[in-house]
Amino acid sequence: MGSFFTSAVLVATIASGLRLAIPYLLAGLGETVGQRSGVLNLGVDGVMQLSAFFAYWTVLETGSLWLGVGAGLAVGTVMGLVYGVITVTLGATQGISGIGIFLFGLGFSDLIFRRRVGTPKPIKQLPEVEVPLLSDIPWVGEALFRQTLFGYLAFASVPVVALMLKHTTFGMNIRAVGENPQAADSLGISVGRTRYLAILIGNVMAGLAGTALVLELGIFQQNLTQGLGFIAVALVYFGAWRAPGVMVGALLYGLVNATVLQWKAQGIIPREASDLASMAPAVLTILALVVLAGRVSPPAALTRPFSRH
Amino acid sequence: MSTPGTSQPASIPPMLEMRGVTKRFPGVLANDRVDFDVRPGEVHTLLGENGAGKSTLMKILFGLYQPDEGDLRLNGVPIRIESPTDAIGHQIGMIHQHFMLVPTLTVAENVALGLKSGRGPLTDLQAVSARIEEISSSYGLAVDPSVAIWKLSVGERQRVEIIKALYRDAQLLVLDEPTAVLTPQEVDDLFVILRQMSSAGRGLIFISHKLHEVMALSDRITVLRNGRVAGHTTPQETSRQELAQMMVGRAVKLAPDKPSVEPGADRLSISGLTVFNDSGSAAVTNLDLTVRSGEIVGIAGVSGNGQRELAESIIGMRHPSSGSIIVDGVEVAGSEPAESRGAGLAYVPEERMKDGAVGEFTVGENLVLVEHGSDRFSGRGLLRFGAIREHCRKLVDDYRVKTPSIETPTQSLSGGNIQKIILARELATKPTVLIAAQPTRGVDIGAAEYIHEQLVEQRSAGMATLLISEDLDEVFGLADRIAVMFEGSIMAILDTEAATREQVGLLMAGVESDPAPAAGVALDR
Repeated sequence: MGSFFTSAVLVATIASGLRLAIPYLLAGLGETVGQRSGVLNLGVDGVMQLSAFFAYWTVLETGSLWLGVGAGLAVGTVMGLVYGVITVTLGATQGISGIGIFLFGLGFSDLIFRRRVGTPKPIKQLPEVEVPLLSDIPWVGEALFRQTLFGYLAFASVPVVALMLKHTTFGMNIRAVGENPQAADSLGISVGRTRYLAILIGNVMAGLAGTALVLELGIFQQNLTQGLGFIAVALVYFGAWRAPGVMVGALLYGLVNATVLQWKAQGIIPREASDLASMAPAVLTILALVVLAGRVSPPAALTRPFSRH
Repeated sequence: MSTPGTSQPASIPPMLEMRGVTKRFPGVLANDRVDFDVRPGEVHTLLGENGAGKSTLMKILFGLYQPDEGDLRLNGVPIRIESPTDAIGHQIGMIHQHFMLVPTLTVAENVALGLKSGRGPLTDLQAVSARIEEISSSYGLAVDPSVAIWKLSVGERQRVEIIKALYRDAQLLVLDEPTAVLTPQEVDDLFVILRQMSSAGRGLIFISHKLHEVMALSDRITVLRNGRVAGHTTPQETSRQELAQMMVGRAVKLAPDKPSVEPGADRLSISGLTVFNDSGSAAVTNLDLTVRSGEIVGIAGVSGNGQRELAESIIGMRHPSSGSIIVDGVEVAGSEPAESRGAGLAYVPEERMKDGAVGEFTVGENLVLVEHGSDRFSGRGLLRFGAIREHCRKLVDDYRVKTPSIETPTQSLSGGNIQKIILARELATKPTVLIAAQPTRGVDIGAAEYIHEQLVEQRSAGMATLLISEDLDEVFGLADRIAVMFEGSIMAILDTEAATREQVGLLMAGVESDPAPAAGVALDR
């Protein structure tokens, strides 16, 4: 049994926690934008699996990481358009539609994977990018400034999303459409267009999250995400529909996950209790949601399709 | 067909002309060749009952509907308005009855919504706030641009709506029942602002069914009935009585004849009543009130001052945290509705489709909903349909409910007829105390007239009635005493004979009673 509280182990755990937080953060931020416009997407997990598979397959076939990222983005865009047609143009019930997207993503990615790839073959992983000078800072540099591009992108997205929502006309329109679409409509804001764009942002970020995950792991398998996308949706509630809050949730999740993994590896958690310990992050999320319940209210028009009459 | 107004020379060309506007919906002719125009600088009122076609006409003006026939001209030029954006582009503004504000956004953000920003993709709230301050000071519309809407009072929210329209420099402004949620003093303030706006050359369309307000504010009045223009007139040429007649199509009594009745014993005695609302704060605080036999006590007040919680605690739908409610000597505080009803209470609730009737049920089912368990209507666990049918047919006849049959689903009837069904059912239990909350809100004038007659008749028969109403005309017309409610307390109880509208209005706004009645007469009362 090794010691957990040595600097090297702590730093490694924190670094691994940050890395684990990335897909949660990307997907959660995207879902935040969508929900602020009044659209709930429970299909995040499915979109992540689809984009993860297509990114994986592209890299496998072409050997190009960049083409893989492009494939992941393309899948996110297409799924965003599909979800927009279903929920905005057709005005379908969002909860059920999202579950449909999830099941489609889960099944379809596995189907093509088996038909076209068959046995899992590893692909090359994303390289870490060290920030010059900063990465040389002891402890901090190692934990914070040796990330993949996705890591920097995810954390940079936090202020971008926050500022976009608060300080841009587009962000104000998203908030208005999510709270009182009738009012926005009466002022000449296109509720449909605003929601389409917000859904697109959400799905493209879910696509990035799936891509980040598969390129981090370097391998694809059935149900790669294991519910990660659903946790990301929960983190939006946890974060009270605000980007920094979602980041806190994602970090907490990542760090608890990393700690559990570390403790398992060091044998601090006995093998028999290992499955139980894996539940810790989920239990933590549920507890947090219970504590936060009723303190903050969701966007008033969340899940409500808009029509003029 | 149009009668020129007397206050505006007919020579001023209209800014808006709507000619022969027809709009059909499946099975309904919502607008039938309607002519309507507005001249610069005037207030033109559109008057009519629910369903007369006012909203349809205004939705056409605002681009939410397209007319099937007829045309629109703005300053003499034919136009098509395809969307609210078009309407705003033509400087047409609308203040909706249900405010079109985003509660979580600030005043400045709400004003800026939908407008181009001077800073490209970024919002320019400082510039917007500065312009709001300008408009505020020139129109006396005090409001802080940086405050979120949800923190504002109803009156302040309406100011924001007006600022929104002025910010967009609306030349033609539609006000859809803007006074529905205001105290009489707030109404007076609003009218001053509206006058100021019209004297600056703007054209105002005022939609209301409150006749004294229509008489006080309008330059011209157009009355709609069943989708058609029933007449054009001016306040100088008409009277409230005549307007009501034009709206309904027959002579109506605006206030019921009330025989004098000597009040008897206390039927409902409330003392020290405190009730909490759904969010856990005190909605009714230490309230005392007595209603006697043969008496109607009116609760006047702006909605949301505890009226709903008071009514619900009396009937037993909400349990008070302390205090006593005695009905004919029986303590009912904390009882279930069935027990309260057993003590002699009946209840006409504010939300008639939520608390008063089951929409999917037939007229007959709703009529026996309270008594269906009694021996008269059920035996050995089965309903006695013969007795029920007979009872319902009699009630439908007695209360002149307009329904194809007692098997008709209740939700397909008009608000007035549904309200008659509820009243019929409640009065059929022969209550000693009736709680009537907003009994004629959203009800057509004919049905309102009938409901008022019934309440007065029951008063003569000795029933004690607690009438909760936001409509001061109704309170003054029916009540023997007026209790003014503000923030959960009774501010004062006044004899209706001696009370004035100002006095009640000030009390409704929480201003303590002044022993000397204020000078001047509010509106036309």
